Amino acid sequence: MSSSSQVAESWISSFCGLLGHEYFAEVSEDFIEDDFNLTGLQSQVPMYKEALEMILDVEPEDDEDEEDEEEEDEDDDEVLGDEKPVGAAGSYRRAGDRRHLRMASDLSVIESSAELLYGLIHQRYITSRPGIQQMAEKYELQHFGTCPRVFCNSCKVLPVGCNDTPGQETVKLFCPSCLDVYTPPNSRFQAVDGAFFGTTFGCLFFMTFPELEIGAPRTTSVGGADALLAIQAAENKSRSSSATNSTVVPAAQPSLINGVAPSNLAPGLGPGNVYEPRIYGFRVSERARSGPRMKWLRMRPIDVNELDEARRYWEERGCGGAGLGDEDTNMLDVAGAAADANKLGVAVDRRKKAVGRRRRTNGSGNGGGSPMDTNGIGGAG
Amino acid sequence: MDDFNSETDSDYTSYWRDWFISSRGNEYFCEIDEEYLTDRFNLTGLNTEVQYYQYALDLVTDVFDLDCDDEMREQIEKSARHLYGLVHARYIVTTRGLAKMLEKFKKGDFGKCPRVMCEAQPLLPMGQSDVANTSPVKLYCARCEDLYNPKSSRHASIDGAYFGTSFHNILFQVYPAMLPPKTQKRYEPRIFGFRVHAAAALCRWQAEQREQMKERLRQARIETGFEEEDEEIESEDDIDDDMDAGGDGFEHGAIVQQ
Ligand SMILES: [Zn+2]
Ligand SMILES: [Zn+2]
Repeated sequence: MSSSSQVAESWISSFCGLLGHEYFAEVSEDFIEDDFNLTGLQSQVPMYKEALEMILDVEPEDDEDEEDEEEEDEDDDEVLGDEKPVGAAGSYRRAGDRRHLRMASDLSVIESSAELLYGLIHQRYITSRPGIQQMAEKYELQHFGTCPRVFCNSCKVLPVGCNDTPGQETVKLFCPSCLDVYTPPNSRFQAVDGAFFGTTFGCLFFMTFPELEIGAPRTTSVGGADALLAIQAAENKSRSSSATNSTVVPAAQPSLINGVAPSNLAPGLGPGNVYEPRIYGFRVSERARSGPRMKWLRMRPIDVNELDEARRYWEERGCGGAGLGDEDTNMLDVAGAAADANKLGVAVDRRKKAVGRRRRTNGSGNGGGSPMDTNGIGGAG
Repeated sequence: MDDFNSETDSDYTSYWRDWFISSRGNEYFCEIDEEYLTDRFNLTGLNTEVQYYQYALDLVTDVFDLDCDDEMREQIEKSARHLYGLVHARYIVTTRGLAKMLEKFKKGDFGKCPRVMCEAQPLLPMGQSDVANTSPVKLYCARCEDLYNPKSSRHASIDGAYFGTSFHNILFQVYPAMLPPKTQKRYEPRIFGFRVHAAAALCRWQAEQREQMKERLRQARIETGFEEEDEEIESEDDIDDDMDAGGDGFEHGAIVQQ
């Protein structure tokens, strides 16, 4: 079978070059050619085989000499089967014409099937090692844009889906600085299916690259606005922890909290990054009808130890005095080790554990996106 | 537009202001009444803020008739825009100004909140400072109570002081019916269907803060303003499906939950 990609651009790169397709990575042919990565997709995509051929730029069997190859027979028979008994030259030709017609009208069906198939493969690819690497390069180059939220300081965002089933929702942008999702600024992305990025990619990405600095350092930005923010921050701090010194963080901060470096845990949230409504300089009271109700959404404890639920649990149980229990220290160690080993394999192991745990607790595996289809990850891990 | 109207026309021949508010990039501005502009009281203090103040004011009110070179004209034009902006900040907190901005808000002239959970809530322009040349205009969402950067660079270069720090908050005090219901719905980072522990722990901590606030409001007998007051049960099934980034699925979720 000849490949037409020698002169012309490949289907994949022309697809990724289309307006509105800027978020897509170019899935490697190796990945697509590995059947394992395509498991289960056949039933989701109409005209699967033709679509796959189109994606891989494989010339379809020419329609002049009819189906000789076994593979081709299977699906052509269904359509043309009834024509076969008619042996006359005329009708044979008619069949050919009809076939031609079918090709023309099907081309658009195949084209849209190919886009669907590519999207579904893409969802898996970007959670595989080479795919996530490719997305990391795009991320660094800011191909996905930045967070529109003022207090996120133009933190780079990542395309995600809120659903793994195609046709449900369009692509969204996940900001690691505020842990929220946003609609892409340009309407051309509102035609891109979110499932082609999937629900897993966003978080897996930041767990895979824990060393990525999230959010620009505050010092690089200039202007009075920042001075204002600094003042606000100081005010907030002194208000929320009036007992403690406003410049000193209350307790010793761990190097990792729940497996994440505190500096990388939602750095766009917390004191100084929460909008404080004011009228002529006076804060609008929470007790006013139009007063603030949503600050919690952008809050983050100054002392991240408050997020260490295990520790709090033991402390609240009165075990706090006896120091951290054995279990607790163990867990912290585990957390450290796990985050240090930022390899996908580790993540997979833990995921399996999580799956098992869930199974045990409530037999219904109804979490979004079947957890057992480990897709690309399994192959990569 | 008629060519030559006498300057003191009473029926709103606002040539310059018409041009200004309909120019590309000036979509956030509303038209300031002639009446307001010609009342010197409303302009108190602005003469020191604006170069060529009197010429600029003449231009804005369509009574400019100075013969000058292009460069000078350009300077005055710039001053006129600045003056308009500064007066605008004052005008939009007046009854008439608020009403005009409310109409623009309802039409979505200031854009929609980009946050997915805010479901295209219309935004209001605001400044982070009332002092000119401090920071560009931002957009306020009354649903998530947060600030966003305008999408277009045309808007991103407008001075925030032309809208000020109070206007958007005053608007909702004056028109409380315009306050959108708040939502507790939020994005939950997941991996293969499982919550990510670090993010989930933070979400739970935030939820605690929210519940404390609601309790404070309840004790003061003030409405909380949330649309889904009864939906708290919803969070109960998530207790043990955290996907830990570290740690080993410690069964502590239940304790922190309520
Ligand atoms: Zn953000
Ligand atoms: Zn919002």
